[in-house]
Amino acid sequence: MLLSLIRKEFTLELRRRAVVSGIGLYLFAIIFICYLTFSLRRGSINEATWSALFWLAILFSVINSVAKSFIGEKKGLSIYYYSVASASAVILSKIIYNTLLCLLLSIVGFILFSLFISNPVKDVPLFLLTIFLTSIGFSASLSLISAIAAKTNNSNVLMAVLSLPVLIAVLLMAIRATKNIIDGLERNTSYDELVNLLAINCIMTALAYILFPYIWRS
Amino acid sequence: MKFWLKILAAVLIVYVHIGGLLIDVPRLNILNETIRNLYFHVPMWFGMTGLYTISLYHSILYLRKPSLETDHRAIAFATTGLVFGILGLLTGMLWAKFAWGTFWTGDPKLNGAAITTLVYLAYFVLRGSIDNQEQRGRLSAVYNIFAYAAMIPLLFILPRLSSSLHPGSGGNPGFNVYDLDSKMRLVFYPAVAGWFLIGYWISTIRVRILTIEEKSAELDYAKQA
Repeated sequence: MLLSLIRKEFTLELRRRAVVSGIGLYLFAIIFICYLTFSLRRGSINEATWSALFWLAILFSVINSVAKSFIGEKKGLSIYYYSVASASAVILSKIIYNTLLCLLLSIVGFILFSLFISNPVKDVPLFLLTIFLTSIGFSASLSLISAIAAKTNNSNVLMAVLSLPVLIAVLLMAIRATKNIIDGLERNTSYDELVNLLAINCIMTALAYILFPYIWRS
Repeated sequence: MKFWLKILAAVLIVYVHIGGLLIDVPRLNILNETIRNLYFHVPMWFGMTGLYTISLYHSILYLRKPSLETDHRAIAFATTGLVFGILGLLTGMLWAKFAWGTFWTGDPKLNGAAITTLVYLAYFVLRGSIDNQEQRGRLSAVYNIFAYAAMIPLLFILPRLSSSLHPGSGGNPGFNVYDLDSKMRLVFYPAVAGWFLIGYWISTIRVRILTIEEKSAELDYAKQA
């Protein structure tokens, strides 16, 4: 059931292409604006600034893309899914799909950033690991928040309001780990942050898994 | 709430105010007399955490067995907790102005506290934007649990990871068992208990107000029908 739900998400996505192309364009636009802003300065970009800019761009792209996961769905479709699949399958499929989406966005963002602005990342595998853990964190929190916000009246505003504080913890760890990687420090200095990310991911995913059936009922 | 607990709360708070301002405190560099803020700033945070925990408990109860009473309790304790949090931030800012020279710094504990306040403010925004009562109770209970889970790393885990000027991390003495002067304990422990009891008392009154408002709305509705 889980696999078929995930396959369903991918098929819908490839068919409509609205979300991915919209978000891709958004990402590209942000990165281009960053490029224009920073090409005005002669010197290269500060490491901490690179890290913060990168994660900000990823954050806003990810919020916009995951927001559409529950909010865009029509009423009748939700009732159909409710009758066909268990709540845990639905939320897990959403989380996995959103994780893959976030991962794709982050990697594309990383490539674009390296193209337009310099790439100061020295330890690429560790950076990819950081991106992977952060994607899971974003995806788990945002999927649950999106499910909550979808049931309210002004869901788009609420999505932004509800999601930003919760993501700050994940984002802080990611920015710190990225800064360590950019500084070229050894792997075990970022170890703390990555373990923290893993722990927060476990908490968020477990919470989303447990709490989703209560939201799903109506 | 038991009557003697209310009297105790009032007595403790009066004692903390009078004793806190009159009893001698050890004078250290930079802090001097501002250490007296300890009796107000720190119990605010203990009180906020305690009240949010009670609110979390009622949210979990609501999810297991939905009832209006439980929903009212969850929201009342969260409201008082939020007020305590904002007061904690304000007392902290005042203290920072005297001790550090500025109202705010880029400290993880301060930022974590501000973000926790934002998270719970978002809780109230969420409640305001759902009309259906049962759905509102359910969704806000879910978000309450989520917000508490977000608060734990923000306030307790992240600040301990890095050194800071705020007491309790990075080599600064915290206000735990070994660092606190014995004379200050005379006021500090009653302060924590007193402020928490006051917060609990205010929350119970708020629950009663919500219940009465609900009943009065029901009666109006029945009269019109």
